[in-house]
Amino acid sequence: MDIDVIYILWLRQMRRYYRSGSRVIGTLGQPVLLLLALGYGIGAIYRRAGEGNYLQFLVPGIVTQTVLLSGVFWGIIILQDKRFGFLSEMLVAPVSRLKILLGSALGGATVSILQGIIVFVIAVIFGFRPHNWLEVPPAFLILVLMCLALTSLGAGIASSVEDFQGFQSINNLIVMPAFFLSSALYPLNHIPTFLKVISTINPITYMVDALRTLLANQSHFGLAKDLIVMTVSFIISISFAVYRFNRIQM
Amino acid sequence: MSDVIISVENLVKKFGDFTAVNSISFEVKKGEIFAFLGPNGAGKSTTIKMLTTMLRPTSGTLKLAGHDVSHDRDSARKAFGIVFQDPSLDEELTAKENMEMHAILYRVTKNHRAGRIEELLRLVDLFDRQDSKIKTFSGGMRRRLEIARGLIHEPKVLFLDEPTLGLDTQTRNMLWTYVKKLSTEKGMTIFFTTHYLDEAENVAETIAIIDHGTIIRRGTSKQLTKETGTKSLEDAYLKLTGTEIRDESGNNDGLNARMARRNSALR
Repeated sequence: MDIDVIYILWLRQMRRYYRSGSRVIGTLGQPVLLLLALGYGIGAIYRRAGEGNYLQFLVPGIVTQTVLLSGVFWGIIILQDKRFGFLSEMLVAPVSRLKILLGSALGGATVSILQGIIVFVIAVIFGFRPHNWLEVPPAFLILVLMCLALTSLGAGIASSVEDFQGFQSINNLIVMPAFFLSSALYPLNHIPTFLKVISTINPITYMVDALRTLLANQSHFGLAKDLIVMTVSFIISISFAVYRFNRIQM
Repeated sequence: MSDVIISVENLVKKFGDFTAVNSISFEVKKGEIFAFLGPNGAGKSTTIKMLTTMLRPTSGTLKLAGHDVSHDRDSARKAFGIVFQDPSLDEELTAKENMEMHAILYRVTKNHRAGRIEELLRLVDLFDRQDSKIKTFSGGMRRRLEIARGLIHEPKVLFLDEPTLGLDTQTRNMLWTYVKKLSTEKGMTIFFTTHYLDEAENVAETIAIIDHGTIIRRGTSKQLTKETGTKSLEDAYLKLTGTEIRDESGNNDGLNARMARRNSALR
């Protein structure tokens, strides 16, 4: 199975991650800002509306947003490798493209998982309390599945575009709407129908819902349905990544 | 036949309607230093890419160290090393880490790895800098490291695609001295392209000139000058390929290979 090969490709991603302090801080800034502004700002009104503690509701959404952003943005490294030559070195090596993609994407997913966990810890410091600590480990397993799906999506996008602007604009078209039009920020119960329809077909909604079920004991669709949607999303995004990565021409 | 290490037969590469390489055939002998020359857009890089498994030929056969390059890609890949025209190191990693990664990708066994890496780093004078990140390296240091890296898995053939582009005279000199040494001492076959004809004249044992996708002449530097009645390889080359300046387009209505490829992908 070439564990060595997969491992060194994974290690490369980890080395690049912990050596770039700006990347760690940069991708954490936004979730922390959202926690502060929304968690405390909107939280007051939310409570007055009789919906309970908004921070409890919000944190699974913010953790999802963190891994969505870092997962998809990880793809940019494939684009960098393509533009700055390192991809050639990997592609002429006697290693299948599938393994190259697998090792690298596992590294990217690990980075996202770490980011998600860091945001979770920050949220706990801010006052978030998981309803049952025993359900935190399964929530992290959900996080792993999410990160695998989202890094694959990022890898697929990066393999399909030619330049950074293209990647950036596709991201703006996907990442931002996927976050705002999901159930990350608001409950689906009282929203207008059109928004509800959009949120219901958005896979991110199910990821948020699964995390929220385990971390805050609030569920909209039920864990079974969430898991099915997430598994299907994962299969689709990894197939997309493999297909596009195999088609890269040097 | 046993002393032939690269053999190319009726090799064709088309990008849509554009023929980048038009049925070329040639052989390179084991241990030979072979220069592949031609103007921009003549088909040099396309040929190297096909020889190094980066591009699949439209038709024709390619054999490298006895392996069919199209069908037995991984065996062919283990048999050659390459220094790409463009830089191809991971800038965020150190010299040693780049070397290690290559060794593992090419399955150099664990007990050989450290020793080979040290030996090669010393050879290109980078052992003292092994723990520095590549982004702190100059162009010449990067090139040296790329050469060292290409040799870790003890390839039979070394491809150098315009290896001296942008290097100073000292580094160029060191590079060619070392390449000649590899050829004489280790019997390694060297296949290189360059735009500096003095390099080809001084280093190469055999020269092939490609233009418009076909090999128009091959021989030693002496043969080429003699046949064209010129004094230097540069004059011979200009006589054969013309003095007109090429952009990357060959002669195909301004369509270059990359654009043609992109267009055919869109179709």
